[in-house]
Amino acid sequence: MSSLALNFADWLVIAIYFAFIIGIGFYLKKYTKNENDFFLAGRKNSSWVAGLAFLSANLGALELMGMTGDTFKYGVMVAHFYWIGAVPAMLFLAIYMMPFYYSSKIKSIPGYLKLRYDEKTRVLNGISFAVMTLLVAGINLYAMALVMHTFLGWNWHISMWASALTVAVYVTMSGLLSAIFTEIVQFFLIWFGLFLVVVLGLVNIGGFHQIMARIPHAYTSLWSTAGNANKNGMMVTWGGIALGLGFVLSFGYWTTDFLVVQRAFSAKDLRSARMTPIIASFFKMALPFIVVIGGLIALVLSKESSTGFHLLHTGGHINYDSALPLLLKRYYPHGLLGLGVTALLAGFMAGQAGNISAFNTVWTYDIYQAVIKKDATEEHLLWMGRVATLVGIILSVGTAYWAKSMPTIMDYMQAIFSWVNAPLFAVMLLGMFFVWITADGAFWGLLVGMVTSFGMYIAMKFGWIAKNAITFSHASSDMAANFWRAWWAWLICFGVTILISFFTSKKPKEELVGLVKGLTEEVDTKPRPYYKTPEFVAIISGVVLIALNIYFW
Amino acid sequence: MSEETKNINKETDVLPEEPGGMKPIWFFVGLILFFIGLVLILAGIYNYYHPAQSGTVMEYMHPDIWWGGIMFITGAGFVFFTRNSTVE
Repeated sequence: MSSLALNFADWLVIAIYFAFIIGIGFYLKKYTKNENDFFLAGRKNSSWVAGLAFLSANLGALELMGMTGDTFKYGVMVAHFYWIGAVPAMLFLAIYMMPFYYSSKIKSIPGYLKLRYDEKTRVLNGISFAVMTLLVAGINLYAMALVMHTFLGWNWHISMWASALTVAVYVTMSGLLSAIFTEIVQFFLIWFGLFLVVVLGLVNIGGFHQIMARIPHAYTSLWSTAGNANKNGMMVTWGGIALGLGFVLSFGYWTTDFLVVQRAFSAKDLRSARMTPIIASFFKMALPFIVVIGGLIALVLSKESSTGFHLLHTGGHINYDSALPLLLKRYYPHGLLGLGVTALLAGFMAGQAGNISAFNTVWTYDIYQAVIKKDATEEHLLWMGRVATLVGIILSVGTAYWAKSMPTIMDYMQAIFSWVNAPLFAVMLLGMFFVWITADGAFWGLLVGMVTSFGMYIAMKFGWIAKNAITFSHASSDMAANFWRAWWAWLICFGVTILISFFTSKKPKEELVGLVKGLTEEVDTKPRPYYKTPEFVAIISGVVLIALNIYFW
Repeated sequence: MSEETKNINKETDVLPEEPGGMKPIWFFVGLILFFIGLVLILAGIYNYYHPAQSGTVMEYMHPDIWWGGIMFITGAGFVFFTRNSTVE
């Protein structure tokens, strides 16, 4: 594919974006006076600010391009990642888990583990989260440079260093505050930059009904082909979708991954914190209108030779990630093309900033203050947060170079979350709802769960065990194996935590007040009309989710 | 002003302006949409009078002009309604 040639108008749009986000960093620096401002954005955000940031922290360009490509490959089923694979977990976080998180005034997820269990469980999770975050940040940086090099012909090193330095400048100055500001700017740029592709594609093809009429039936259905793995492109059954994606992977990510949950911690009060994931859920459900419909448009165009639309081939294989950039090239004149590229750049950089701001918090509170300098002052922690930001950026650049030398590292990205988050979700769930779960049970459950998940991944990678041994199906894809592996890792962690808890000493109940259901008073007691309560808005979100699933059944 | 923008403003802690108070995020969102929208409109007008030899598929709809216009108006709306606002 020839590069997307940019002209002056395109470059001007990109330059405006860079000038703005660096300017925002400088502007916010004078409002970042203490550690609370730097790590938690002062805990003064409205539910809309926190909600859009909550969603945007997860909304990377790699995901946008990857999911558009996956829709080309698998069809409408990809919407599961946005609907059953996200919304129930977000609503569960809002209704059941957020009161424990927010009311205990913790600054990070490992901080909750310290209060509920003990220091060793906190440090184990802190270290694994820090390593995971740096790996993801580096791979994200590498992916961005790769995309810019492939589609725009930009120099690999310059793309990577320029974006890393930009993120370093604004996150070092004002921490989570500037990360949240840029994430919200990114949210608007993604919608304005990419939704028009879908509008123009629909007009070009003749409407949504024309798309559905021109693609195979297996590509148009969410659930009706999930009874038999051979009948859908993803080669996964409803059990894998519901248990692996809809339960473990989704709940593991959306309720325990500090990268996203940190945004809710920045809310000004408990109600706003609870509304954060609920507001985000509506926008999450809307995203398939960019990525899934975009992927279907690319699929229809590629089936008709008269359109001249073909996906890029890389190394003899179809590069599915090229679907979105090729649609930009097809429909966007200069100026708009710059906006589309800016949307992708913004997605990459906000993802990088999100990872780094989560890393600096967990490093500072859950590793540095917990293990290295327990008597650190507030000023010292603020200084350490800034140092951790710079060090985190440098380490992520190192990870990016490592990823460049080992392209297969990209394969690990999908699996990394299941290594850390799936077992963590089991420990969190048990800890929040059962008083008798012990610190030793949680520590060993977490450790065994992580080792099991990683071990299963390696065993399948090297062919020591077959995929269908864990998926209960004769036909299985890598994605189906991911879903089922997460389920087993969660179940094993769940079982080990309970088993060890039977034989180890429990924390006194008075130490668990505010941390476990049954020992926690309702904090948000202010009377409100029913339609302003998180529960009511969550029900509306759930109804929309059900309606979408029925429509695309 | 759209319903969504109204809701956003309602939810944001909008306080009377104080010297040195922090501008809400919506003000900055407005600014960037305003300037990028303006660039798109100008680029669209240029593309209208100097069409590229290898044009895009839906070029006849001039998406750069009307989409730029939507961004410009949305951005101007955000800036206008938050111009005197600061957050606590």
